[in-house]
Amino acid sequence: MMTRMVMQRIGIGFATLIVVSIIVFIATSILPGDVAQIVLGQSATPETLAALRAQLGLDQPGYVRYFSWLGNMMTGDLGISKAGGATISSLIGGRLGNTLMMAGWVAVISIPISIALGLWAAMHPGTWLDRIVTFGTLSLISVPEFFIATVAVLILAVELRWLPSTAYMTGDESFLQLMKALAMPLITLVIVVSAQMIRMTRAGILNVMSSPYIEMAILKGVPRGRIILRHAFFNAIGPIINVIALNLAYLVSGVVIVETIFAYPGLAKLMIDGVQTRDLPLVQACAMIFCATYVVLILIADVGSILSNPRLRNPK
Amino acid sequence: MNREKLFEVKDLRISATNDDGEEVPIVKGVSFDIHKGEVVALIGESGSGKTTISLATLAYTKPGLHFAGGECQLFGKDVLTMPPLAQRELRGGNVAYLAQSAAATFNPAITINEQVTEAAVLHGRLTQQEANERAIELYHALELPDADRIGHRYPHQVSGGQLQRLMAAMALCGKPDLMVLDEPTTALDVTTQIEVLKAFKKVIHEENSAAVYVTHDLAVVAQVADHIVVLYSGEIMEQGSADQIINHPSHAYTKRLMEAVRPKPEAGQGVELTHEHHRDIDNIEVKDMTAGYGGIVDGEPVIPILKDINVSVKNGHVVGVIGESGCGKSTLARVMAGMLPPARGDIILDGKKLEGDLHDRKLEELQKVQFVFQMADTALNPKQLIGNIIGRPLEFYHGLKGKEKHAKVAEILEMVELPAAFASRYPMELSGGQKQRINMARSLAANPEVMLCDEVTSALDSIVGANVIKLLTALRDKTGVSFVFISHDLSTVASFADEIVVLYAGRVVEQGPTDEVLEPPFHPYTRLLISSVPELRIGWLEDTMKKREMAVGIARGVEITARGCPFYNRCPLAIEGTCELKTPPTLELERGHQISCHLTLEQLQEAEAEAQKILLGYEKLGQEDPQVHVP
Repeated sequence: MMTRMVMQRIGIGFATLIVVSIIVFIATSILPGDVAQIVLGQSATPETLAALRAQLGLDQPGYVRYFSWLGNMMTGDLGISKAGGATISSLIGGRLGNTLMMAGWVAVISIPISIALGLWAAMHPGTWLDRIVTFGTLSLISVPEFFIATVAVLILAVELRWLPSTAYMTGDESFLQLMKALAMPLITLVIVVSAQMIRMTRAGILNVMSSPYIEMAILKGVPRGRIILRHAFFNAIGPIINVIALNLAYLVSGVVIVETIFAYPGLAKLMIDGVQTRDLPLVQACAMIFCATYVVLILIADVGSILSNPRLRNPK
Repeated sequence: MNREKLFEVKDLRISATNDDGEEVPIVKGVSFDIHKGEVVALIGESGSGKTTISLATLAYTKPGLHFAGGECQLFGKDVLTMPPLAQRELRGGNVAYLAQSAAATFNPAITINEQVTEAAVLHGRLTQQEANERAIELYHALELPDADRIGHRYPHQVSGGQLQRLMAAMALCGKPDLMVLDEPTTALDVTTQIEVLKAFKKVIHEENSAAVYVTHDLAVVAQVADHIVVLYSGEIMEQGSADQIINHPSHAYTKRLMEAVRPKPEAGQGVELTHEHHRDIDNIEVKDMTAGYGGIVDGEPVIPILKDINVSVKNGHVVGVIGESGCGKSTLARVMAGMLPPARGDIILDGKKLEGDLHDRKLEELQKVQFVFQMADTALNPKQLIGNIIGRPLEFYHGLKGKEKHAKVAEILEMVELPAAFASRYPMELSGGQKQRINMARSLAANPEVMLCDEVTSALDSIVGANVIKLLTALRDKTGVSFVFISHDLSTVASFADEIVVLYAGRVVEQGPTDEVLEPPFHPYTRLLISSVPELRIGWLEDTMKKREMAVGIARGVEITARGCPFYNRCPLAIEGTCELKTPPTLELERGHQISCHLTLEQLQEAEAEAQKILLGYEKLGQEDPQVHVP
C-alpha cells in the first residue's frame, strides 16, 4: 500500500510539473509583444519581423512551439537568451549555483536550530523563555523580510561595521571571505525561515501533547524530555517536514527581495531582470526551475510524511 | 480482612478552579483502604469523581484540577506531597494505570513491546532483557494470539480487545504494587468484554496484586471486586464488601444504580406502537444490497462488508441493529444515508427508489433520512452556538429565518428536554448526555421520517443512556419518526426496539420482531450475544465461561468470509463440510422471524433445550458451592 501511495505521489508531482509548464508557456505567450519585436525594437518593419519570426519558429502554431520548447528543456537545452544572445543554461548555471549555495547554508543552520528551539519551547510551555520564543517568532513572521534585512544592515554594517552590506563575490575568495560576504543575507534568511519552523515544531508537538497516549506516558513516569523526543516527536513530524520543505522552496525561489537588497547574484534576481528586459525564454526557464523545486520538495515532504506514519509503513 | 494494608486514602479533597477564580470542590473528603491482593471498585455515574480519585493514587490530576487536602499513603508514605522525582518513580513503578481506551492510549508510532516494557525498564525494576521476557510471559498469561511475536507489532496491527489486554501487560510488566483500571471494558463489545474481564481476573489473581477498578457498571463490578466504594458527586455514599453491596445495598443511590443496570435482554420489554402513527407500510427498505469499501470492480466491492442485505423499517417502528464491531452495522446506516453508495441492490424510501449517492438525492429525500452520529463530541462543531447547530438544518431544509427560526429552535430544544436558553451556549459547556441530545435535536430539526442512530448511547453511562432511550421513545410517540437504532448493546436494543436485525460479518443472520428474536429458537450467534451480557450476580463470569458457546465463540473475532456461513469458526453447532462451504438457507418462522442457518428448526430447538439443561446444572452447582473460580 505504501509503495502505491509513494508512486501515486510521484505521479501527481510529475503531472503537476506538466500542468505548470503549460501555464508558464501560455502566460508568457499572452504577454503583449513577442521576442521578434523586442529584438528588433524600433527598427522593426513588417518584413523583418516576419523573417525573424520564421527564423525563430514563432510563426508555428502554439502547441508545436510548446512541445518543441518542452522537448528542448527536457534535454537540457534551455534556449538562447533573446536579449543578450548567450545561452540561457550558461546564464542560469552560475546563478543557480549561488542560490543553491545560499539555500544550503541557510538550511544547514536553520533546520537544527529551529527544531531544537521548537522542541525546547514545547518542553517548557508557559515559561517566560517559551513566551520569548513564541512572541519573538510571531514578531519575526509578521515583519517583512526587507525590514529585517534593513535593520540587519543598519546594525551590523552601518553601526558596528562588522560585515559588508553587500554580498559581492568575485569567485576566487577564500572560505572565510566567502562566509563574510554571505553573512548578511544568511542571517536575514535564517531569521525569516526559522521563525516559521520553530512555531510549527512547537505547535505540532504541543498538539500531540494533549493526546491520551502522552497522558499515559506521564502516568508511566516517563521524564518529560523522553516524552517529547520519543513519544511526541515522531507523531508530530509530518507537518514539521512540510513546513521545512515549504521554507526550503522559498529559499530557492522567493528570496528576490533579500537578493536585491544585498545585491546577491542569485536566480530569483536573474528572473526579475529577465522580466524587465522581456527576455521570455529566460523567464520561462527560471519559472520552471522554481516550480520544479517546489514540486520536488513537497514530494519529498509527502513521502517523508508517509514514511513516518507507522500505519502506512506497516499495514495490517 | 486480615491482609496487609497497602494503600490508604484519607479525607482526600480535590478541587477545580473555575473561570472566575473560585474553588469548586470535585472530591469532597473521601477515605478508603486498599489491601494486598484486593480489588477495590469505585463506582458511580459520570461526574461522581471516580476517575479523579483513582488518578490521585498516582499523585496526578487532570489539567485544571488540584489537590486541596487529605492524603494518599502508599506503605504509610503520602504520595501527594512527594517531590516530583519520587512521584515519577511512583507512576508506572509502584502504581500502574490502565486507561479506558487502549486504542487512544497506545502511541501509534511506537511498537507494542517498547511501550509495554518502557516503564519497568525506565524505573530500573527490570533490565530490558528481563522486561522482554516478562512481557512475553504476560502475553501468554493474557491469552494473546501469537504471544511470542505480538510485541513487535504496532498498535494498529492488533484488535481493540487485544490492545486492552496488552495494556494490562503494560501495567503488570514492572510488577506494580497497585494497578488502577479506569473503565477498562466499557468501550468493548460484550463478547470482548468477557474475554478481557476473564484475563484481568486471572492475572490479578495470579500476581496477587491489588487493584482499583473504576466503572459505572455494577454487573462488571460484581465479577471482579472484593470491596466496593459507591460514589456520588465526589462523596462516598456507602462502601463495603462486594457481597454486602451487591446483595444487600443499604443506600438509596446504590439501589438506583442497580436499577440502571441493563436488564437481561429478554422478550416482552419492547413497547409496540399502537398509536395513530403506526402503519404497517414500509418507510425505508434495503433490498438485496451489497456494499463495501475501496471502490467497485465488476459489481463487487473491493473490500466487501455487507452482503445481500434485506431490511425494512415500517413507519414509526424502531429497528435495532446489533452485532459486534466489524460486523457492518455502521456501514448499513451509511448506505441508507447515502454516504456509501452500494455496489448492488436498492434503497427504497416510501416506495420510491433512492439514489445510492447522497449527492444525487433530492433535497426532500435528504431531509427525510437523517443521521445521528455516535460521538456528539466530534459531530458538533465546537465553534458554533447550539442555536446555529440546530438552526442550520431549519434554514437549509425549511428556509426558516430570523424569529421563526429562533422559535423553532426553542421548540426543538424543548422536544429533547433541554431549556431554550441552551441556544446561546457552546457544545463545550454541556455534559455528555446533553451533547448527545443536541446531536439528536439537529437531526430532528430536519423533520425526518427516519433517524439513523449509530451507537448513540454507547459512550454514555447507564443512567444517562437510559434517559436518552426514554427520550427517543417519547420522540417516536410524538412525531411518528422511524428509527434504525444501531448498538452493540443488546439490552438497550431489547428495551426499545420493535424489531431486531442481528448482523454478523456483513450478513443478516437473524431478524424479526424483538420478542421472537429474543426467544428460542436462537441463531447460535444471537445465543452467544445474549449469554455475553453480564448479570448482576457474583460468580456470573465463571458460570458463563463454562457454557458451550463461550468455549468456541469467545476468543475468536469477526472475519468476513467469501463463502459459507461466516460464523462457522465460532459456532458450537457447526456442521463440518456444510457450514464453511455453503451459504446458509433462511428459515422462515412465525411473524416474519428469520434465521439464516444450516440447522433445521428442530435441531436448533434441541440444542437450546440441551443448553438450558446444562445451564440449570451449573446453577444448582453454583448454589451448593458459591465460590466457583475460574478453572
